[in-house]
Amino acid sequence: MGIGELPYDVAHVLGGAMLLVSFVLLYQRRVASLVNALALQGALLAMAAVWQGYVQGAPQLYVTGLIALVAKGVLIPIFLRRMMRKLAPGHHTEPASNIGLSMIGGALLVALAILVVLPVTTGAKALAREDLAVALSIILLGLLMMLMRRSALAQIAGLMTMENGLVLAAIGVAGMPLVIELSTAGLVLVAAVIAGLFARVMHERFDSLDTDMLDPHRGEGR
Amino acid sequence: MLTLLGACLLALLGLSALGVTGRAPRVVFLGCAAAAAGFGLAAAIALTGDGMAATALPVGPPWAPSLVALDPLSAWFLLILAVVAVPALLFAAASPAPPPAEGAAFPLFLAGMAAVLVAADGFTLLLGFELMSLASWALIAARHPTGVGRRTARLYLAFAAFSGLCLIAGFALLAPAGLGFAAIRAAPPEGWRAAMVLILVLLGAGSKAGLAPFHIWLPLAHPAAATPVSALMSGAMVKVALYVMIRLLLDLPGPAQPAWWGLPLIGLGAATALIGALRANLERDIKAILACSTLENMGLIVVGLGLALVFRGSDLRPLASLALAAVLLHALNHAGFKTLLFLCAGAVASLAGSRDPDRLGGLIHRMPWVAGCAMLGAFSAAALPPLSGFASEWLLLQSLIQGWRVAEMSIQLIAAGTLAVVGMAVGLAAAAMVRLLGLVFLGRPRTPRAAGAPDAVGMMRVALLLPAALSLLLAVLAAPMLSLTGGAIRQLLGANALAPVAGFDLVLGDAGARYAPWAVALLLALAVGLTWLAVRRRSSLAPTREPAWDGGFMPPPPHLPFGDPLSQVSAMGLGQPIRRSLGRVALAIRERHYPAMPGDPATATLRVDTEDRGFTQMLYPLARLRRRLSRRAEALRGRTLRINLSLAFGTLVFLLALVAWLERG
Amino acid sequence: MVVFGGLITQLLHLALILAGAPLLTGVVRWLKARLMGRRGAHPLQPWRDILKLLRKRPILADGASIVSRAAPYLAFGATLLAAALIPSFAQGMLLAGIADLLLIAGLLALARVALALNGHDAGTPFGGMGAAREMTFAVFAEPALLVCVMVFAVLAGSSNLDTIGAVFREGALGLRVSLLFAALALVAVALAENARVPVDNPATHLELTMVHEAMLLEASGRHLAVWEMQAALKLTLWFALLAAIFLPFGTASAGSGPLLWSLGLLFWLVKMGLLALMLAMFESAIAKMRVFRVPDFLGGALLLALLAAALIFVSTGLA
Repeated sequence: MGIGELPYDVAHVLGGAMLLVSFVLLYQRRVASLVNALALQGALLAMAAVWQGYVQGAPQLYVTGLIALVAKGVLIPIFLRRMMRKLAPGHHTEPASNIGLSMIGGALLVALAILVVLPVTTGAKALAREDLAVALSIILLGLLMMLMRRSALAQIAGLMTMENGLVLAAIGVAGMPLVIELSTAGLVLVAAVIAGLFARVMHERFDSLDTDMLDPHRGEGR
Repeated sequence: MLTLLGACLLALLGLSALGVTGRAPRVVFLGCAAAAAGFGLAAAIALTGDGMAATALPVGPPWAPSLVALDPLSAWFLLILAVVAVPALLFAAASPAPPPAEGAAFPLFLAGMAAVLVAADGFTLLLGFELMSLASWALIAARHPTGVGRRTARLYLAFAAFSGLCLIAGFALLAPAGLGFAAIRAAPPEGWRAAMVLILVLLGAGSKAGLAPFHIWLPLAHPAAATPVSALMSGAMVKVALYVMIRLLLDLPGPAQPAWWGLPLIGLGAATALIGALRANLERDIKAILACSTLENMGLIVVGLGLALVFRGSDLRPLASLALAAVLLHALNHAGFKTLLFLCAGAVASLAGSRDPDRLGGLIHRMPWVAGCAMLGAFSAAALPPLSGFASEWLLLQSLIQGWRVAEMSIQLIAAGTLAVVGMAVGLAAAAMVRLLGLVFLGRPRTPRAAGAPDAVGMMRVALLLPAALSLLLAVLAAPMLSLTGGAIRQLLGANALAPVAGFDLVLGDAGARYAPWAVALLLALAVGLTWLAVRRRSSLAPTREPAWDGGFMPPPPHLPFGDPLSQVSAMGLGQPIRRSLGRVALAIRERHYPAMPGDPATATLRVDTEDRGFTQMLYPLARLRRRLSRRAEALRGRTLRINLSLAFGTLVFLLALVAWLERG
Repeated sequence: MVVFGGLITQLLHLALILAGAPLLTGVVRWLKARLMGRRGAHPLQPWRDILKLLRKRPILADGASIVSRAAPYLAFGATLLAAALIPSFAQGMLLAGIADLLLIAGLLALARVALALNGHDAGTPFGGMGAAREMTFAVFAEPALLVCVMVFAVLAGSSNLDTIGAVFREGALGLRVSLLFAALALVAVALAENARVPVDNPATHLELTMVHEAMLLEASGRHLAVWEMQAALKLTLWFALLAAIFLPFGTASAGSGPLLWSLGLLFWLVKMGLLALMLAMFESAIAKMRVFRVPDFLGGALLLALLAAALIFVSTGLA
């Protein structure tokens, strides 16, 4: 498999698009757009998984793709959007600071990932090597995002990006066992963090963790 | 050849003696111009025919005679020296008589630079280098007996001493066998010695060439001198430092040095280019703007030099010769247009009475010759085709783009990053030049003095037209000029290296990219001319004059004949977008805003203080360290005799132990 | 024969872009108006404006110098030369040998400097402000363009546009993420260079944030006509550049005959129409950004270009 062949090219484009979305996440200050970008990345991951399943002839990757699409492309974004509505309007954007710095940092991290992955993986297939480099970049960008951003939603976005990068790495390696388990475990982790955050938001807003406190406010977001 | 060079050098010494007396300053300067022209002649002979092999002089240090030679590399830089010196000296002759010290130091300055270039052994080179540094310090100090200028001169002297010391140490490491260049080439340095040579040369020659972080003296010292001296410092002296760098990094250590040698040069060069170009957009003195532009150009040249080292170390000889050609051609082009620009700035300063752009403006109406020359120089400096700056920067950008052919991925990534920084610097340089032209020559006069400035006449006009014509010539004949560097390129890169030239075009051997300056100039003239003809055929009405519409603002009242001075953009205002978006990369900026209070008739003001990060992050901490150390040393004086004695004793024992250890090794 | 064909295509190309440039501006304006639910002026309106302006007597501001009278021709000449180098319907034009992307960037810089000097000439606050901003934007746009050129040079082996177009048309490159990134970067640069939304708004005057129009406030009569034509030509040039690099299919190769030329012309018109539609849709959908956000926007473009370069190094290192 090499450049100019369809399996390589499509995987290449999907991985690159995910990387691009990671940069959008790093750049974007509006929470609504952040959630949209996250959904897009989830959908792209699903497509990459399905494509890899088709190329490798590994049907379990279709399941991974389905999980990614349903959970990351649809459910979590919907949930995050709901949570966003609960935030005060002032929290819908973050103050723009250090955009240039974080973008330059992101570019340097990508270069670092490339320089690390390529020499280590000599002998592997071109597709896998490239996927690994992109996946590592996405993971590092997610970490950078968690470092540079303060709002909790952006932190979640960073965590999810990291998890997306992990799954991308896993599906790129032919014959990797337990891919489904891995992606599910990652999802559970993300869900747990979201739940924790949700609890914190509730706590800040209502000074209580009692969900009954929510009932009087039902329908307020609309 | 030796007679010609010797006669020129001796004539310079004689002129210096005449200069001390303070009599006939015009004769001194015209004589210097003649000597410089002699250097140019010798260089031209050496470039087109044969150079001069190493010849022993009857004078020299006790251990060996001084050697001089004129190989293609020295000849090229000697030509650059002549290109700068002749117009600058004509300008000096056209200016009012300077203080006698300046008349004495000027010939010595020239002689020092020429000595560095023709030297064929370390001693003569260092002697010339120190003469050049001291004479240029004297030239700055002569104009400024007290005040800020004197402090600038002292800062410059400190940096000059530092660079001299580093170079002496570098030569000491380079030449265990002997100081002659042939002896050094025979035993090239290796291992840690080679690395130390690299560091010392970067510190020594680099600080003279204005490489970051030792660039801070340059934008202060170059403008502080008289105009012809500024032109020589910016056009020629930094090139002499560059020559030393090429000689000590590319030539003497031999071709076996590793590729990573180029990387520090690329990094420092890119940083210098960015810092210089940025500061050129923020300075408020036209000569300081030009000095910062010198920083930018030196940065670009050093990037090219680093690339040449990288390519040579990676066995990519054609690309190395491309990068080296960019270095050599840009050095010459920069000498041409920077001399032109400095002389234009000097003409503005002396005829319109100020170097502050906020006291100038609209000079194109009163000084059409100066304005035309300045525009030509500024367009070259902004690297606009088909002018000279573009040809050499095209070569440099092409060699950066070719950086991907190096097999190392880290170098490829560095090349891409450097390309981005260099591109930014080129864009910033264009912005700086537009700002300079717009503030000084366009718009409305900002003071009565600027409104009544006369144009340059006589010898001053000749001094401006000479580099202007040369810049034009270099623009169209870039390729034939570059083919003159063939000898230097072969000398540094091996016998089968070629300058990237085909006929009148600059070409990239295998990549197939091509730049034909003559064709571009011709086509551009054709396009502009035909457009003009076509438009004028359809529209022949002569234009009328009206007050500026200015988006509907009221025309100024009669007591303001040049309009409201506050409604024209100021030097700070023009730099504001760049200061706000990029300024903090190079400068520590403090902005204080004093808003207009309700009921208070005072206007709102914005105060912006900028300081180079080189000061805030290198020099000030060093000064603090020095103060702390001297306080410690002061404390020693209060000790008892016994402690003082034991200190002296301890030092003695330590030195003896050191001697014992050295003798053992 | 090849030289003759090159000459013919070159002349036809020049006639095409000169006649088509104001029309393209008109089409973009018309499409934008339709998308916003207005009826919109006829697509030929820019041509009519230019012809009318040519008949009017130019008025020069009191402080204006020869720069105001010479700059429009210089800027137009440089833009025209740059546009003449970019293939439209056929490759292998007479000037293909010097159609270097760096030269095109240099000629655009020349036009930009002429425009900025024109802004400075009358000594008005708007002109100076616009000039400073224009040059600042170029500081960020230029490196992005240069890094994109590096990406193309890695893929095609040369920075010559004709070679790049020929290599890309052969299509042996497949789908490349790096080309996707470079395309996005180049589009951002094109938006900034042409003073389009979100960097500048071509439809307004006298906003505090205007850039391009601020430098032309004092131009009138034939000078303004030449400036308008230059702006239209620049838009055409950037469209043609994007088409020549990223949509090279259908272009007649060097040495082909009139049949292939007309086919190439058809393709080119379709590509131009598509790009115009995309521009109109983009401009209708998005708002202008604050001036001091523009460096962020163009910095993003630079970053994309650098990413493209990094990825291209990876794939060439693997191949």
